[in-house]
Amino acid sequence: MATETFLDIRDLKIGVTVREPGKPKRDITIVHGVSTTLEKGKVLGLIGESGAGKSTIGLSSLAYGRGGIEITGGEVYINGRDILTLNRAGLNGMRGHEVCYVSQSAAAGFNPAHRLIDQVIEATLEHGLATRPEAEARAKELFAALSLPDPENIGSRYPHQVSGGQLQRVMTAMALCPQPDLIVFDEPTTALDVTTQIDVLAAIKNAIRLTGVAALYITHDLAVVAQVADEIMVLRNGKKVEHGATKQIIEAPQEDYTRSLISVRSIQHEEQKATAEPIIRMENIVAGYSKNHIVLNDVSVDIYAGQTLAVVGESGSGKSTLARVLTGLLPPQSGQITFEGRPLTQSQDARPLDDLRDIQMIYQMADTAMNPRQSVGTIIGRPIEFYFGIKGKALKDKIAELLEKIELPAEMADRYPAELSGGQKQRVCIARALAAQPKVIICDEVTSALDPLVADGILKLLLDLQARENVAYFFITHDLATVKAIADSIAVMHLGKLARYGPKSEVLTPPFDDYTDLLLSSVPEMKLGWLENVISTRKIESAGN
Amino acid sequence: MDLRTIPISAWIGIISTSLFAFAAVFAPLIAPYGMADIVGGVWDPMSSDHWLGTDNLGRDLLSRMIYGARTTLTIAALATIVSFTLGAMLGMTAAVAGGWTDQALSRSVDLLMSIPTLIFALVVLSVLPASILTLILVMGILDATRVFRLARAVAVDVNVMDFVEAAKLRGEGRMWIITREILPNAMSTLIAELGLRFIFMVLFLSALSFLGLGIQPPEADWGGMVKENKDGIIFGIPAALIPAGAIAVLAISVNLIADWILNRATDLKGGRGGN
Repeated sequence: MATETFLDIRDLKIGVTVREPGKPKRDITIVHGVSTTLEKGKVLGLIGESGAGKSTIGLSSLAYGRGGIEITGGEVYINGRDILTLNRAGLNGMRGHEVCYVSQSAAAGFNPAHRLIDQVIEATLEHGLATRPEAEARAKELFAALSLPDPENIGSRYPHQVSGGQLQRVMTAMALCPQPDLIVFDEPTTALDVTTQIDVLAAIKNAIRLTGVAALYITHDLAVVAQVADEIMVLRNGKKVEHGATKQIIEAPQEDYTRSLISVRSIQHEEQKATAEPIIRMENIVAGYSKNHIVLNDVSVDIYAGQTLAVVGESGSGKSTLARVLTGLLPPQSGQITFEGRPLTQSQDARPLDDLRDIQMIYQMADTAMNPRQSVGTIIGRPIEFYFGIKGKALKDKIAELLEKIELPAEMADRYPAELSGGQKQRVCIARALAAQPKVIICDEVTSALDPLVADGILKLLLDLQARENVAYFFITHDLATVKAIADSIAVMHLGKLARYGPKSEVLTPPFDDYTDLLLSSVPEMKLGWLENVISTRKIESAGN
Repeated sequence: MDLRTIPISAWIGIISTSLFAFAAVFAPLIAPYGMADIVGGVWDPMSSDHWLGTDNLGRDLLSRMIYGARTTLTIAALATIVSFTLGAMLGMTAAVAGGWTDQALSRSVDLLMSIPTLIFALVVLSVLPASILTLILVMGILDATRVFRLARAVAVDVNVMDFVEAAKLRGEGRMWIITREILPNAMSTLIAELGLRFIFMVLFLSALSFLGLGIQPPEADWGGMVKENKDGIIFGIPAALIPAGAIAVLAISVNLIADWILNRATDLKGGRGGN
């Protein structure tokens, strides 16, 4: 096929009008004149942190702005037509025919009341591109190309009857069915487990190759986009930072910002040897939400003072349930928790205040973990006041001291959570946990909702604080790169059981059990050809398949 | 807060509600005649002496309207306070405590709600001695069932948020969780509801007075005044329509304010203002 430019974005400007209650409305520009072109059959990766404008640019190729966003300037040519000048009918003819869209959350993108096949071929029939039998046959071919199980019959299922990874692939089939020229993939694998992500990635890549469609692939994970894209455009604050071939961006980045994205996750942490006595010993824990529904089956782990126990596994493996058992929110059905050599009261209601103070928790979503109606000062100050009875001026000093520890200015104490960025919010949550001067902090996926660079900062902060305050972390995550960066010992959980447990060096040294091998090999690596390599050498399929 | 962002409808509500409130507070100063003084003939038409005419006993209608505003607004406000304090506290306790406490409270409320309010109030008021205190308590308690349901529903949503779990893990007592973690987040919804409940109280009180079980004569209140003057309608005398109109205007004004607060509350839900 001759190289043919068919998507041409010229000097695109996008803005939004903000109407805050109690303030006059004002205009904000989110994309400042971005230009790019795309040839048929090529994949362009758009990468950047949240707020970089990558999704907004992606959606502009459908001439669509989400949530009051307006395209204020520039041109978007598709097949030689400026689609920004099209009227409603023209747009309807273009969308779902020439350009299709795959969203981040397939679970929210499908109508739960209709069968998959009807939704997959809907756009094709709507545009009169094929008869129903033709469209169905094509959908089945696509199901097969996307390596979905039982391609002949999977279409007759409802969205809740397939797994998250499968649903994401069905959505890709839906986008491919009308034989579009361009597909916009908006973070299609971000919501998936690593082991599932790899299957979806491979399927998407394969389908793109087979159909020769062009694609915009939006993600914040450079390692992922390196596997599928031919070219990469790095965006920051609505401006283009760098644009080049994938090989060049990964191996010889020109800009500092790109380099920092690539060197992310390079934190090193020297493993510490386990001391004689663990601070917390969880033995033979069996727990669940009823007698017949056991989530944890005979799990035993130790936590040592000033060290990090990383608990890894896919969604549903029981790692968060283990944390709930430790906090006492879910008393175990059998098993024993020992804290500093004495048994710990199993139910949180009955636990003495000192034990509650010694075990603190940091949540995944900092947004919901802080009361939006309390100032940062109140959020951090309350544990100090509550546990140590410190008030007035002394309390103010303590709050300032804590803010300094988490590297935020002291004026932040008067702000409210809504006025903070994602990383700042998580820092405040860390300060709240530290305020109690605990011996153990449970970190429940604390970095997974954050951009890679911000997450890196949080991990560094956690490690610093551990060195200074000698606090132990019970660190729950599904991200093995994070585990490698911070853990002293690792517990790999699979279907409610311990698949592998021991010091980091031991757990990460072969020979592996099959599950740990799958988990380890699924972590995207920042190099070309990694995906093909992994797919060809895997031993077992992921649980999500 | 910027005054310019208050919509025109809310302004209308604020101004007319303030007028009613002003009349209620300064009733003895602005009323041209005494509340129960007979100053003219029966159902005299509007004149420069009697701006709104006189009522069925020859009392000045404007003066009675002004004193009526005082009675109606005060009793409705007090009953609303009773209903809110009771309903919100119990509703949030039910949501936070859960289990048996929740079941017991919620089912008692269901039981109370299954009896038509007006009939229930009529029965209770005809048995109890007719005093303003009983009236306020009966109205407050019956209305608290509605507030209970709302407060419980809002609190159940907030109760599952991580920051409430964090407070529980810290070992905070139930009182702190209800008043410091949940209440501030339920406040805007409750305040909007406060406006609506206040209107219902005015209507409820007027209905009771109209039926003769609310405010007892010769005290003036709008519902009672409609009753006293209703026979005049047959003769083309508009005296009954004036208090009725006042009830309607007050209801709409307070509603306009409540709508505005509710809109603001939904705006703030996103937390980031603009979204």
